Amino acid sequence: MAAKRIAVAKTYKIYIGGKFPRTESGRYFPLEDKDGKVIANMCRGSRKDFRNAVVAARKAQSGWAKASAYLRGQILYRIAEMLEGRREQFIAELQQQGSSKRAAEKEVDTSIDRLIYFAGWADKFQQVFSSVNPVSSSHFNFSVFEPTGVVAMLAPDDSSLLGLVSNIAPAIVGGNSCVILGSERKPLCAVSFAEVLHASDVPGGVVNVLTGFRSELTEYFASHMDVNAIVYCDGGKAVARTVQELAADNIKRVIERTRVDWTGTEAENPYLIRDTQEVKTTWHPIGT
Amino acid sequence: MATPENKLAFDGGWGYAPAPESTDHIQVKKRYGLFINGEFVAPEKGSYFDTVNPATEEKLSRIADAGDADVDKAVAAAREAYRTTWGRMKPAERGKYIYRIARIIQERAREFSVIESLDGGKPIRESRDVDVPLAAAHFFYYAGWADKLQFAFPGRTAKPLGVAGQVIPWNFPLLMAAWKIAPALACGNTVVLKPAETTPLTALKLAEVCRDAGLPPGVVNIVTGAGATGAAIINHPGVDKVAFTGSTNVGRIIQKALAGTNKKYTLELGGKAANIVFADAAIDQAVEGIVNGIFFNQGHVCCAGSRLFVQESVADEVVSKLKDRMETLIVGDPLDKNTDIGAINSRMQLEKIESYLKIGKSEGGEMHQSACRVPKKGYWCRPTIFTGVSQSNRVVQEEIFGPVLAIQTFRRFDEAITKANNTPYGLSGGIWTDKGSKIFKMTQSVRAGVIWANTFNKFDPTSPFGGYKESGVGREGGLHGLDAYVKLGV
Amino acid sequence: MGLTAVNRKARLPDLSRVPAVDEVGVNERVARFQSRSIKKAAKVDALKLILSMIDLTTLEGQDTPGKVQQLCQKAIHLHDAMPGLPHVAAVCVYPTMVATAKEALSGHDINIASVATAFPSGMSTLSVKLDDTRMAVKAGATEIDMVISRGAFLSGDYRFVFDEIVAVKEACGDAHLKVILETGELGTLDRVRKASMLAMYAGADFIKTSTGKIQPAATMQVTLVMLQAIRDYYYETGRMVGMKPAGGISTSKLAIHYLVMLHETLGNAWMTPEWFRFGASSLANDVLMQLMKQSTGVYQSPDYFSKD
Repeated sequence: MAAKRIAVAKTYKIYIGGKFPRTESGRYFPLEDKDGKVIANMCRGSRKDFRNAVVAARKAQSGWAKASAYLRGQILYRIAEMLEGRREQFIAELQQQGSSKRAAEKEVDTSIDRLIYFAGWADKFQQVFSSVNPVSSSHFNFSVFEPTGVVAMLAPDDSSLLGLVSNIAPAIVGGNSCVILGSERKPLCAVSFAEVLHASDVPGGVVNVLTGFRSELTEYFASHMDVNAIVYCDGGKAVARTVQELAADNIKRVIERTRVDWTGTEAENPYLIRDTQEVKTTWHPIGT
Repeated sequence: MATPENKLAFDGGWGYAPAPESTDHIQVKKRYGLFINGEFVAPEKGSYFDTVNPATEEKLSRIADAGDADVDKAVAAAREAYRTTWGRMKPAERGKYIYRIARIIQERAREFSVIESLDGGKPIRESRDVDVPLAAAHFFYYAGWADKLQFAFPGRTAKPLGVAGQVIPWNFPLLMAAWKIAPALACGNTVVLKPAETTPLTALKLAEVCRDAGLPPGVVNIVTGAGATGAAIINHPGVDKVAFTGSTNVGRIIQKALAGTNKKYTLELGGKAANIVFADAAIDQAVEGIVNGIFFNQGHVCCAGSRLFVQESVADEVVSKLKDRMETLIVGDPLDKNTDIGAINSRMQLEKIESYLKIGKSEGGEMHQSACRVPKKGYWCRPTIFTGVSQSNRVVQEEIFGPVLAIQTFRRFDEAITKANNTPYGLSGGIWTDKGSKIFKMTQSVRAGVIWANTFNKFDPTSPFGGYKESGVGREGGLHGLDAYVKLGV
Repeated sequence: MGLTAVNRKARLPDLSRVPAVDEVGVNERVARFQSRSIKKAAKVDALKLILSMIDLTTLEGQDTPGKVQQLCQKAIHLHDAMPGLPHVAAVCVYPTMVATAKEALSGHDINIASVATAFPSGMSTLSVKLDDTRMAVKAGATEIDMVISRGAFLSGDYRFVFDEIVAVKEACGDAHLKVILETGELGTLDRVRKASMLAMYAGADFIKTSTGKIQPAATMQVTLVMLQAIRDYYYETGRMVGMKPAGGISTSKLAIHYLVMLHETLGNAWMTPEWFRFGASSLANDVLMQLMKQSTGVYQSPDYFSKD
């Protein structure tokens, strides 16, 4: 009988600007399974990693926003395709982190479907929400939606794949770029999902994924002056207060998504896209 | 076109005789209480402050200074009205009340205009042709939404939030009250509104209108006072939604104050809009747009086109035409129908503007003011432009909120865009070019909530208004202005 | 013909450099002029100035020497019951009526303007137009109101239009040349602006909106665009050119709006009959009624003012 093959373990790194560096801090935190065995040494992302990620996100944002809605839709669809192809891997990761097989399967399948759902909105939400405004003067006036810009996100801790996907998809389908901090308790899927993104024609920098400690990074996410919006999905009043207070330094848009049932319609509707959009109204005279 | 050396002369010669709007039909009481629960009541602590005509420095009336206890009463009245009448009313009936308000404002339009100009210093031409008709139009527009909200939010049901606490500035007193109150009421909320302390009169007149319209008591409450009163409203636990228009600094304080509460909020804050003139623009209309952009309402406009960018090849022509045009602007008595630029709203604001004029000069900017005469009494500032300034100057970066324009030149399209966006603000922008495709490229590239292409400073109830970045959160006006006053359910 | 000599001096400007005009912006500016409130002394001054700027006009197929003589009497005696009134700037007639007008106006400082160049259509040969012009000048016209060839202009033959104006200007001799653009046929304000520049560079002493035979005739919008062209031309060359809106200005109120527009666009130097005219027939009586009202405080009836 042949000797048992030694499996090749994956190094989980963070994802910034389309690359997979280790955290610049050199620090890590061990992720253990329920028996206390170390599954992986996760990057303990730092404020400098976040800073680098924002630079990458800012650089990528305008180009991504200029991509046609059709293209953005296709790329989101491509993410779903790639995720489907790695379905078993994600199920296994979720199980490693404590999910039952059934729950893991459901979470991965729903995540894939959710990507398809938002992919389809790419070239439609504008049609649903924008308007032509019948002003009284001799002007043509219309309001369209534009991405808010760079969105910082603190992904939900409990729904480590579906929650992550449900926040990333509506932000990027509308032309934003984002920096997202994956689940602290179950960080594997965030990194693996970054690999999916990397394989899916998503331009580098459009989505940046960090792992690390929420308590350490929240204030930087909320206070960075070149971030236009912040989404947070966990925490009580104290977290909400910290985030909102710091966000006020540059009048960030603050989007609270706590206590969301990520499996339901609450996490699957176009109003989530609208959360990170700005209304731009244009006037032009009608004359000869 | 070469630099014009042949000067036009606008001084002397035929002058317009004074044409003052009559004030004999205006009733301003010596003293105003707070409008709470459908009636005017004295403030608990009995303190009052003066509201002054900035054109004459004369006292117009004594205004109640609301304290915490008064705000408490107002919020309680609003809550009670929300619970018992307004929140339960059939939407169509709510709409009919709002229509009534619109109609009464139209009927009393001249009175409102005169009081607005007396209290705030803006020219009667503007209060008569812009502020008051637009205020009525806002009520008219939102009245019709009251029973149609399900069409505004596809797939969702819209429910009111409860009590809206609203704090408005002194630059468009009645119009801002309308922007705040009309959508709030249409969506089924009740209101506690604080007008600015220098311009409370038209809001108090609007309280009379609400009363005369038979609006149930407590649906609209108007409490007057300064910053402390505003803070009391915003921080009041009984307030479900905060709407603020004012400076970015105060907006920041409010956003921080609201942290950790579940209050929904909208903020309309400052701006430093770029007005960009390309060489292929309709130059004379662009010059008008520049004038309208910065001198409208004495430049007390958050979306004012306070940074002008002119393409180098036409810069001399544009600046020279602008200077000629400035000579025809009439500065003076706000009640004179021919006045183009009225009084600066307050002594404090005038001092702020004047400090910026000093700063601009000390930074090396070349200042030019029109040669017009201004009255001895009152607060006045001649229309002013700075040339020879750059992005690194404070008069270019900071919101002055006065009739002061900073002019820069540019050579290429992307240079104009880069400079236009090189600001923490993002409220509005202007573009002047005769080329359609360039307009669309520009409108997509400028990061601001309102883009005026070949026009400037246009407003309409159907047109959403609000900023990107530090210019605020949320929109007012139009379909999108409803968002701020509803909670969406499935 | 001497055309070549003149052509060397006058140069067709590059009309592609004439700035675009935005109609809505023009409308807004005009609305601002119309919202000016002109009262009391300012109004009386304006009304008198308007009277002095009128080109009292009769341009009808049924014109006779009798009619023209009556018109000239009106020009001289606007309303003798009111002392201190100015006289009108000119009477404006067809070339065949110039001699009659000259005789009727002899001894009075009132100009004789004659339309010429196959007015109003301008559909004739250059030689006919030049003869028309010379005939009017010879008969005593001090001002010639020519029409441009709109067809040529609309088809883009700017050179043709330009050369015609240059030639007519030469034929005018000492008489002032007013160039009628017939803005109602040009269609857009952009073309009005271009035609204005073309006419001025070709030598026009005045530019004029309309023949009065085409609707719309003068509007404040086209007049503003022409005034702005005059300003640009003045900036560029230092030469003042006059402006004459014609047709459709029949009330004092409207005429005052025009004056406000003139005042705020070109300034004081143009606020004289030398540089601004109203081409009108019924305006004078309305101005007179308003003046009488200002002095008596009583609203007037047209029955008390002569109609000639």
